[in-house]
Amino acid sequence: MKRAVWFLLPLAAFLVLAAFLFRGLGLNPREVPSPLIGKPAPAFERPQLHDPAKTFSPKDLAGQVWLLNVWASWCVACREEHPVLVELARQKAVPIVGLNYKDASEDAKAWLKQFGDPYMLSVVDRDGRVGIDYGVYGVPETFLIDANGVIRHKQIGPLTPEAWEKTLRPKIEALRKG
Amino acid sequence: MIPEIGHFALILALLLGLMKGTLPLIGAARRIPAYMAVARPASHGQFLFVAIAFGCLMWSFMSNDFSVLNVAEHANSQLPLQYKIAATWGSHEGSMLLWVLMLSAWSVAVAGFSRHLPEEMVARVLGVQGILSVGFLLFILATSNPFERLFPPAPDGRDLNPLLQDAGMVLHPPMLYMGYVGFSVAFSFAIAALLGGKLDATWARWSRPWTTVAWCFLTGGIALGSWWAYKELGWGGWWFWDPVENASFMPWLVGTALIHSLAVTEKRGSFKSWTVLLAIFAFSLSLLGTFLVRSGVLTSVHAFATDPERGVFILGFLVIVIGGSLALYAWRAPKIGLGGRFAPVSRESTLLANNVLLVVACASVLLGTLYPLVLDSLDLGKISVGPPYFDTVFAPIMAPLVFLVGVGPLMRWKEASVPDLLVRLRWALGVSLAVALILPFVMGSWKPLVAFGLFLAIWVFAATMVGIRERLRHAPKGTKLARLAREPRGYWGMVLAHLGVAVFIVGVTLVNGYQNERDVRMEIGDTVTLNGYTFKFEGAKSITGPNYRGARGTVDVSKDGRFIEKLYPEKRIYNVQQMPMTEAAIDSGILGDLYVSLGEPVGDRGAWAVRVYSKPFINWIWGGCVLMMIGGFLAISDRRYRLAVRREPELGAAHGAAA
Repeated sequence: MKRAVWFLLPLAAFLVLAAFLFRGLGLNPREVPSPLIGKPAPAFERPQLHDPAKTFSPKDLAGQVWLLNVWASWCVACREEHPVLVELARQKAVPIVGLNYKDASEDAKAWLKQFGDPYMLSVVDRDGRVGIDYGVYGVPETFLIDANGVIRHKQIGPLTPEAWEKTLRPKIEALRKG
Repeated sequence: MIPEIGHFALILALLLGLMKGTLPLIGAARRIPAYMAVARPASHGQFLFVAIAFGCLMWSFMSNDFSVLNVAEHANSQLPLQYKIAATWGSHEGSMLLWVLMLSAWSVAVAGFSRHLPEEMVARVLGVQGILSVGFLLFILATSNPFERLFPPAPDGRDLNPLLQDAGMVLHPPMLYMGYVGFSVAFSFAIAALLGGKLDATWARWSRPWTTVAWCFLTGGIALGSWWAYKELGWGGWWFWDPVENASFMPWLVGTALIHSLAVTEKRGSFKSWTVLLAIFAFSLSLLGTFLVRSGVLTSVHAFATDPERGVFILGFLVIVIGGSLALYAWRAPKIGLGGRFAPVSRESTLLANNVLLVVACASVLLGTLYPLVLDSLDLGKISVGPPYFDTVFAPIMAPLVFLVGVGPLMRWKEASVPDLLVRLRWALGVSLAVALILPFVMGSWKPLVAFGLFLAIWVFAATMVGIRERLRHAPKGTKLARLAREPRGYWGMVLAHLGVAVFIVGVTLVNGYQNERDVRMEIGDTVTLNGYTFKFEGAKSITGPNYRGARGTVDVSKDGRFIEKLYPEKRIYNVQQMPMTEAAIDSGILGDLYVSLGEPVGDRGAWAVRVYSKPFINWIWGGCVLMMIGGFLAISDRRYRLAVRREPELGAAHGAAA
């Protein structure tokens, strides 16, 4: 009897493993919580893409709920999310500021001309310094910033219609009410 | 039309798989010869239809049929032909099809080389293979149909991931899958034996060559993958403890344990239930590897398309196959006898230690791979486990194992004596200690880890030589060469594989101890010196390839003022995916590599960020793997297997008559 129990051990161990794997399927390993959530958005002041004489700083949008979208013309996944952004801009759902990350300005402008420009304005971050302050490690990323200039949410990877409906829109509505 | 033929052929293969997975098993249980006789023709038919499907997919790639979704996503009209062919298995769907193709090919091989086995055994083995094929074919047809059409057709394709456009990557997946899937044969033999209730030395003898072949392919596949990463990723590393690499390494570790424990079961009748368990584990880990890679539960540098629906399917299949076989094990294994006894110091005990160490090593890799997932599912936070964990845990487990590689083959079965071993091995020990202490000085600087690694490598080499000498002394008379030739190939296979371990360790030790790298900004005419070699940057020119454009740098290498050669590292941007790729230029040699890769252009005056590496003895790493592989193939070409094929038909016939 006792010996027979030993032979059940491999099966038991496997079933525990399978349970964890099943749990793991529901989790997203790429979803890394950002330490910046709930913190004030790091300040910066950078020239605008279409009018380099003017600059933009997050405090320019104080009092509004807005999105900071990190993009680049060399980024393939940005093309994937771009129609979603264009649609949001068309609906005037939320102001979107683009952070043009490690990109050549001519390429960036040509890209916007080709695919449409959903941005209220784009900010040039040629050397990626602003990206470092925001903990950007892959393009695209999108930050939701509230009226007090606090980061409320970070979307890693392309902004999908699903992510908009399920996460961003409810959060934006709640922020606007409260 | 062609894709539809492929799709239809897959459905037919599934139907044949259903037959193959049921009738022979029922036939074997109820002793109905007609049912059992289905196994072989069903295997042949299934292979034929899977091969047709695979051919159809390959045809779609070669003929630029962008109305097929899979082709549109993974190829492009500009893609060179050899990569179009390789793109057949470059996608998730295609690689699963390759998996099934391999599985059915292994079945055909078993059907062909098993004429000497009892009919029930063959029926059960092929039946289990049939069940496995049904699982995978259902998976393909239900969640990953490679023939899905795209309407309207794409004007051109999105191109194959540039990382995969490399000779190493063309061969790596088929080799690796041959190994992964090959373990399914050992698994099927184990399940068949459990079902039949006859677990004896003959079972071990039958599954041994199959296990060894699978192991050889897996060894080759892993080595190719590592060589590809070294060449193509541009970091000069050869192993990253990435989850996908670990997924292939775990079955290798357990497979290595299985090869050794099968030897004990065959020769001494011991370890029977343990060997069966290892056979189940080796294939289960191959399946788990597939799950980890295909389901997206873990992040990896190898970002494959991932999909939770597929994950749920594979996990369900995993639970049925692995859970089912472990349940069968728990039910049947307690009835297996214990086999021959052995003393604490004996060849059996060293092989037991070998098994324990390999399994512990595998468990620690599994732990490191799944730890982030476990923590995350318990809501304990997100972490990632990296090379520091694996290096720290792995080396202390491997060191005693390698030491045993030297001692084990010299031990007697049943009982060996320590003083006797010490006398026989005193020269080997002395030589390896002396060389380990002195050689690092010759290499430039004495480092304890280098000395230790060299000691292990030379120990394995010297002890193996002692073993050969002793065997020759005990062999009957004849010239030395005649006596060498008379030793069985199985023995030489082992010798070669163990020497491969020594060569591998030399490579790892010297690369880790003496590699050097410099990451510098170089203007035209600048030089950098590394390990005595001077690299002079001659500038970079723009180039255009078939499906990419980019820049090719020229670097002159010289030593002591004497010109050696020019190296041409490239930076490529692939047209379709706009993905920058580093093509390192490597001067490869037996004593080491010089490795130059281009970073980014800096400033406007033609300066570039350039990385130069010196990698002493790195090719010994893959050389060692090749030796292990050749050793394995040599072992299965042993006379006794060929004799067994010829001798046992009569036995099989007698057996059939008696039944």
